[in-house]
Amino acid sequence: MILTLAFRNLFHDRIRLAVTLVGILFSIVLVAVQLGLYLGASKMITDNIDHAKADLWITAYGAKSLEDGGMLLTSRERHQALATPGVKAVIPLVVRFAEWRKPEGGSTRVVIVGTDAEDGGLVPFNLVEGTWEDIKSPEAVAVDKSYFNELGIKGLGDTAQIATGRVRVRALTDGIRSFTQSPYTYTTLNRARSLFGDSDGTSFYLVQLQPGANVEKVRHDLESRLEGAEVLTQQEFRDRNLKQWLFKTGAGVALIGGALLGSLVGTVIVAQTLYSSTKDHLSEFATLRALGSSSGYIHKVILAQAGISAVVGYVLGISIALTILLFSRNTALPMVMTPGLAFWLFALTVGMCAISALSAIVKVTKIDPATVFNR
Amino acid sequence: MSDTPVLEAIEIVKELGSGAGKVRAVKGANLALVPGELTLLMGPSGSGKTTLLSILGCILTPTSGTLKVAGIDTSDLNAEELADLRRKHMGFIFQSYNLFPTLTALENVRIALDVRGQKGFAAANRAEEVLRDVGLAYRLKSYPANLSGGEQQRVAVARAIASSPSIVLADEPTAALDGENGHAVMALLARIAKEQHRSVLAVTHDPRTLSYADRVVRIEDGRIVGEERRPEGLDAPEIADLTKRRKAHA
Repeated sequence: MILTLAFRNLFHDRIRLAVTLVGILFSIVLVAVQLGLYLGASKMITDNIDHAKADLWITAYGAKSLEDGGMLLTSRERHQALATPGVKAVIPLVVRFAEWRKPEGGSTRVVIVGTDAEDGGLVPFNLVEGTWEDIKSPEAVAVDKSYFNELGIKGLGDTAQIATGRVRVRALTDGIRSFTQSPYTYTTLNRARSLFGDSDGTSFYLVQLQPGANVEKVRHDLESRLEGAEVLTQQEFRDRNLKQWLFKTGAGVALIGGALLGSLVGTVIVAQTLYSSTKDHLSEFATLRALGSSSGYIHKVILAQAGISAVVGYVLGISIALTILLFSRNTALPMVMTPGLAFWLFALTVGMCAISALSAIVKVTKIDPATVFNR
Repeated sequence: MSDTPVLEAIEIVKELGSGAGKVRAVKGANLALVPGELTLLMGPSGSGKTTLLSILGCILTPTSGTLKVAGIDTSDLNAEELADLRRKHMGFIFQSYNLFPTLTALENVRIALDVRGQKGFAAANRAEEVLRDVGLAYRLKSYPANLSGGEQQRVAVARAIASSPSIVLADEPTAALDGENGHAVMALLARIAKEQHRSVLAVTHDPRTLSYADRVVRIEDGRIVGEERRPEGLDAPEIADLTKRRKAHA
C-alpha cells in the first residue's frame, strides 16, 4: 500500500508531477552531458597514452603533456636507461606540434606522432583504411578521417606539406579526436625526426620492464641516472595530461561545475515539488498518523514518491542524454557514456530525490495528528 | 457484558495555549468505556468534547490526570508509543470522513490494515469483508469523490473496525449526513458495539443519535456534568425527556 499511495499521490496531480519530472530530467540531461563531455575530453586526452605499452615514461623535466613535451631527449638518456637493471626496452616516441600546409592553400596545426610499430611502444590504433606497413612507405602519414575538412584533404593519396617535407595520406584512423583540436598525424619515428630536421631528438621514452622487475626500484634507479629528465608511471603521466588540459585550462572545471550546478538545480526543483506535494497531502498524512501509523511508515511513503520520481525522471533523462550523445559523435567534443556513468547517474538521481525528500519528511514529522479533528 | 474498562480516564485536565492565552479546555474529566456499549459524549460547541476525545484517542496528551488504555498507563509514553497504542487498540471515525481521495474504498480500508502490518490477500479479503458488512459490497472500487456522504462515512466506519480494535472513537459521525444516512451510520455503530462487543464512543451534538446510545455523557465547559444510562426497555424519546428533566433539576 505504501507504493500504491505514493504512486497515486504523485499521479493525482499531473501538472506537479510534470514539473517534478522536468526538474529531474533537466538535471540528469545537464549532468549527463557535462560528465559525458568530461569523459569524452578525458578519452581524447589520454587515448594515445592508454594505447602505449609502457611501464614507465621518461620525459624532459617539467613536460606538461603528451603534446607539450618540452626539451627533446637524446640517445644518451636512452642508453643510460637501457643500462639500468630491470629495463627490457626503451622505445623512443616523437610527439610535436607542426604546421600542416593544406594542398589548396592555408594551414592548420597538427600533432605529429612519430612511432615505429615494430618497437611495440605506441602502435597506431583504430586504423580503418591502410595498414602500418603503408605508413612505412615514403612520405606516408595516417590521419583521422573525421579531420578531412580541417586538413583540407579528401582521402587517401592526398598530399600536404609539413615543416620541411611533403607527406602523403596512406592510412586512416577513425575516432581518434584531439582535445587541442590539432589532429594527430601518425608517421614513422625517422620521418617525424626528419620533418623537424632532427636526427636524434625524442620527446619521450617508453620504458618496458623485464618480467618481475620492481617498478618503483627501477624508477628510482632511472631518476638517479637521468639528469634533467623525469620518470613517471603510465598512470602519473596520464594524470598529468588530464591536469594540464582539463584543469589548468579550466575546461574540466567548467564541465564539472556544470554537472554540479545541474545536480543542485535538480535537487532544488525536486525538493520544492515534493515539499509542495507533501504539504498538499498533509491532512492525509495526519490521518495516517491518527490511525496509528508509525512515522517511519509515512517517511516510507514520501521516500517512495521520491523513488518513483527518480526512476521515471531517470529513464526520460537518460533517453534524452543518449540521443544527444548520438548527435555529438562527429563533433569536436564527442560525449562518452559508459555503463559506470549511467549507473552513477542513476545513483545520483536517487540520491538527489532522497535528499529532496528530507524537507518533506521534516514537514511531515511535525504533523499534529489532532488536526484530523479540525477539518 | 464485561465491566472491565478498556479505556479509563481519571481526572483528566487539558490546558491549551500559553501565557495569557492559556485556556483550560478539560477540567478534571473522569470517564470509563466498557466493551459492548455505545456511549455518546454530548455537549455544546466549545464544551471540550473534541479535546477530550483527542485525549482519549491518545492523540493529545493530558496536562494532568491519568489515561489507561487496555490497562496501560499512557502518562510516560512517547509519540511513537502512543501511535502504537492507537494502532493496536483503536479505530477512528472522523466528521469529514478523512478518506484518501486517491484510493478506492477498498484501498482506504486496506491502508488502515497496512499500517498495522496486515498485508497481502488476507488484508484485501478482510477489507472486502468489512465493506460488505457495512453494505458497500457494490462500491469496492469507487473513489471517495464518487461516493455519497453516507457511503463515505460507512467506508470510514469500515476502516475503523477493519483491524477489530477494542475501542472505536467517532467525532461527530453524523454531522455531515442527512437524516437517513445519519440513522444508518448510528445503527451501524450500535451494531458494532453490540455484535462485535466493542467500546464505541461518539462525540456528537446531534439529538438524532440519542436513540442508539447505551449511555449518554454530558460535558459542559470542560467538565462532565451528567451521565444517563438507558434503562432496560427505554427508547430514545424517553431518554431525551429524562435528560431534559435532569438538566432542569440541576
